[in-house]
Amino acid sequence: MKLKLRIWRQSDADAKGGMVAYELDQVSEDASFLEMLDVLNERLISEGEDPVAFDHDCREGICGSCSLVIDGQPHGPQAATTTCQLHMRKFKDGDSIDVEPWRAGAFPVIKDLVVDRSAFDAIIQAGGYISAPTGTAPDAHAAPIPKQDADAAFSAAACIGCGACVAACPNGSGMLFMAAKVAHLGLTPQGQPERHTRVLGMVAAHDQAGFGGCTNTGECSAACPKEIGLDVIGRLNRDFRKAATRAA
Amino acid sequence: MAVSGILLVLFIIVHMAGNLHVFEGREEMNAYAHGLRTLGEPLLPHESILWILRIGLIALAVVHIWSAVVLTRRSLAARPVRYKSKKPAKGESRHAAATMRWGAVVIVLFLAWHLLDLTFRTVNPVKDVPDAYGAVVATFSPERWPVTVFYLLALVALGFHLRHGTWSAVQTIAGPDTKWRKRTQALALAIALVVVVGFAIVPLSVTFGLVK
Ligand code: HEM
Ligand code: SF4
Ligand code: FES
Repeated sequence: MKLKLRIWRQSDADAKGGMVAYELDQVSEDASFLEMLDVLNERLISEGEDPVAFDHDCREGICGSCSLVIDGQPHGPQAATTTCQLHMRKFKDGDSIDVEPWRAGAFPVIKDLVVDRSAFDAIIQAGGYISAPTGTAPDAHAAPIPKQDADAAFSAAACIGCGACVAACPNGSGMLFMAAKVAHLGLTPQGQPERHTRVLGMVAAHDQAGFGGCTNTGECSAACPKEIGLDVIGRLNRDFRKAATRAA
Repeated sequence: MAVSGILLVLFIIVHMAGNLHVFEGREEMNAYAHGLRTLGEPLLPHESILWILRIGLIALAVVHIWSAVVLTRRSLAARPVRYKSKKPAKGESRHAAATMRWGAVVIVLFLAWHLLDLTFRTVNPVKDVPDAYGAVVATFSPERWPVTVFYLLALVALGFHLRHGTWSAVQTIAGPDTKWRKRTQALALAIALVVVVGFAIVPLSVTFGLVK
């Protein structure tokens, strides 16, 4: 298939940047979106041009490295799918495709399509530790956890920290990511001792990093490759209210 | 945002229900308006409760608008570079981003007109304050159809505002699980529909001569 690409090119963090058009022929339907970009990059390198920088690592949908806003949609048009797991058969011969980086003040562009997501690390760090003993793995039955809680915690823990929620949010809020972490740790017994300090610390770090405030539009959840639901945001709000009133 | 919003939702429901007195005729409607002014009398001075309620409403509106401005400014700062290509929204409240802020501007403009019209009567043909019924009938008279159209447009904005605002406020304050979130969303839609229909029926009844 033949594609007309428009890709955001920006030589470094301070450069102005803009959309640059490329035509790519003979793209295989079986190629993943990133493999399609690999093909383009090989051509650019052979022509002596600078290849398009983009983030990727596992290419199997589990690491959270890949990003890319494809035709205005973080991780592209396919629901519950990371960019690396998106395949070209989702597109048609002759399609024009726009590729942009995550757009958020808290995620500054480093180069082309690569953004700096360390603001997420700051939120995780502000969440602190859990008081779990180290050493040999404890017996699996040592801390009983109701099945529902274990399942809910596991769904929340499926968040890969990619940042698509921020990219999709009209407010540029990191609420879904943060709430997934709060839910994941707050649902298990190991996470209880620091449950309240964690939510207060994370919310402070989130706001400090310059993410916007959540207005419950739900765009985050619709874009999330791991289908994290808005219920985690409800849980964060509940925990925050309890923690804030207790701290006051 | 959420707390002031929920209280304003309660006000709007009471206000909508109060307006339905218009269907009981001039006497009853004016008695209701008079009743609002004489609440607590003779124990308390004339219009005292009404003014306490009004001051409360003004405070709520100030808090609500101020929080909205803070949130909007944070959003703008949080995305300094916009996307080149737009996508249709697909979240659970997909209309919210498009309707809440612009809708709020329409509601504020409406409110300004509305107070000049039915509270202060500046732009209303009926200056006699006790005649609330006469003022309603006069303002929505068929010759003044643009007034009615503006009302209905503002109500559409209000309907969308309530449809998102009500469940969003509950999500922020109470943090329901998935089952209760879906119920809250259904309730918010029901409230929005009841409020819009309940308000709209008054001017439409005047236009079509059911109330005169
Ligand atoms: C067809 C729709 C409506 C009608 C017929 C109507 C009628 C009235 C009347 C007669 C008053 C004066 C009450 C009095 O001074 O005794 C009033 C006041 C007021 N209305 Fe409405 N209204 C309508 C819609 C709305 C809407 C949609 C809003 C909200 C955004 C609203 C907000 C207010 C406020 C804030 C006041 C002032 C309350 C006060 O005077 O203390 N109204 N309305
Ligand atoms: S919540 Fe979803 S979209 Fe957000 S960082 Fe986690 S996996 Fe990515
Ligand atoms: S590259 Fe690891 S999730 Fe896409």
